[in-house]
Amino acid sequence: MNVTPLSVLIVDDELPARSRMRDLLADISDALPVTVAAEVATGREALEAAEAGGIDVVLLDVCMPGMDGVEVARHLQQLERPPAVIFTTAYDAYAIRAFELHAVDYLLKPIRAARLQEALTRAVNTITPKAGVLRELQQAPRTCLSAAERGRVHLIPVGDILYLRAELKYVTVRTAEREHLIEESLTRLEQEFAERFVRVHRNCLVSRAAIRGFERIGAETGEGGWQVLLAGLEERIPVSRRQQHLVRELAR
Amino acid sequence: MALSINHNAHTGALPDFRNLGILLRILVIVNGTVLLTALLQVQSLRDWPRQITGNASLVEPLLILSLLVLAAIGPALRRLPYAAGAAAVLAVEAGLTTALHYASHWLLIVDPASLTRWLVVVLLVTLVLLIYFDLRGRALSPALSEARLQALQARIRPHFLFNSINAVLSLVRQEPRRAEAALEDMAGLFRALMADNLELAPLSDEIELCRQYLDLEQLRLGDRLQVEWHIDKMPGDALVPPLALQPLLENAVYHGIEPSETPGVVSINIYAVRDRLHVVLRNPYRVTGGHHGGNKMAVGNIRERLQLHFDVAAELTTRVGDNLYEVRIAMPYVKAGRT
Repeated sequence: MNVTPLSVLIVDDELPARSRMRDLLADISDALPVTVAAEVATGREALEAAEAGGIDVVLLDVCMPGMDGVEVARHLQQLERPPAVIFTTAYDAYAIRAFELHAVDYLLKPIRAARLQEALTRAVNTITPKAGVLRELQQAPRTCLSAAERGRVHLIPVGDILYLRAELKYVTVRTAEREHLIEESLTRLEQEFAERFVRVHRNCLVSRAAIRGFERIGAETGEGGWQVLLAGLEERIPVSRRQQHLVRELAR
Repeated sequence: MALSINHNAHTGALPDFRNLGILLRILVIVNGTVLLTALLQVQSLRDWPRQITGNASLVEPLLILSLLVLAAIGPALRRLPYAAGAAAVLAVEAGLTTALHYASHWLLIVDPASLTRWLVVVLLVTLVLLIYFDLRGRALSPALSEARLQALQARIRPHFLFNSINAVLSLVRQEPRRAEAALEDMAGLFRALMADNLELAPLSDEIELCRQYLDLEQLRLGDRLQVEWHIDKMPGDALVPPLALQPLLENAVYHGIEPSETPGVVSINIYAVRDRLHVVLRNPYRVTGGHHGGNKMAVGNIRERLQLHFDVAAELTTRVGDNLYEVRIAMPYVKAGRT
């Protein structure tokens, strides 16, 4: 029987953990042919490796500096054919409870070869965790938003975002350089990044850090309103009547 | 033994009469009593200060003399069984009171109240103080087994345990010798964590423990963890509460190194100035992201144990600076082999 070996990406910030995983994959290769496509130490490298394509399963450490495993999994979903994801963790009571709750596959380090084989076998036949489930798993706000662009994942660091505006089906993400479209709900974004963004209008969240001031418009006509000025942006964002109190709170 | 924690759940123990905190407490309580009795004795508030001075002139000589004598013979008394020690303290007080009573007759030509009444008051106050220190000791040390369990849970982060085991497993095939060394470090660390840990231990032992711990972390984190030791001026013979430093280093790694993609430095600075021992630990710190919770626990635990051993003579302070977290400990420099 000639099976194409399963192509696996190992993601873990700790070198010994990666080499242990490699050993284990070698151990089970008789029963389940596997090739290690790459092994990387950070979430960003993982996304780059996955974009190159051809990866069936990502063995993804949950606890990593910078971008954690769950966030990586969320960005991976922007790919046209997202790989299956198996989370690995040494100990994280919260994450483990969440995995159990949503029936997401995970492996506890130190990992046993038999468990790894089981999980890989299952992964081939199952689809990746759903976006909603991953959202539930996320403990801390993401470090980046991601937009799919020509089969690649474009990462937008949350700190670079000036405003988020809901359009018909998408949310426009505006940075100093350009705009991106993402498929997310503005309300959920508002909840996730409550500390960073403030809602100035029914359809718009602006970055608190980017606010440079407020401008009064239409005072002559008596229907006065306010606009927000954002750093490095010509465009003005209108403040809705209901949110006018923000002008006083944020202007200072 | 005088250096063990002097309180536990089952037997009482005399306080350490050479400890600044104990001395302060005695002074405050006795002088407070003087103030209050003076308040009861006077007809109008205007006479209060004069009455206080009068009472103090009778009480202070006895108080100061008692503290001196107890400080001198305290260690010997504390070696006795608690009941005998307490009786000895009462006897000392009775003796001093009698001696002062007659001395004041001869020297100061004042006529204090009757000796019997003085004896009753002095012995009662002494008894109350002894009971107070005993209760305080008990309050500070919860049931022994419980304390030990809590301490254990606070110190072994499961995260560290499982990641370390995983790291050792990865070495077993390629580098068996390093795996052996790592397992030995783990054994050393866990032996220390599971020990009784009630008595002060030499600082050099604690440093050895810290090295074992950091070696294990280095195994996992590689270049991301950089350690700077500044301990050339460290007195290795100083006695410190066991596990006073290792949990703080674990904090430093967990909060300062692990959440960061770039390498960071943990620095350890230990030195003695005259009779004080100073420890300064620094690690990188970032406000956003990283691990949640658990930080206060180790610091609180160590602060409590320092207090148990040294009372107010030891202090632990933490400071958050520019991308920097700093823990400073100052405690009495107690030399090993001198009790």
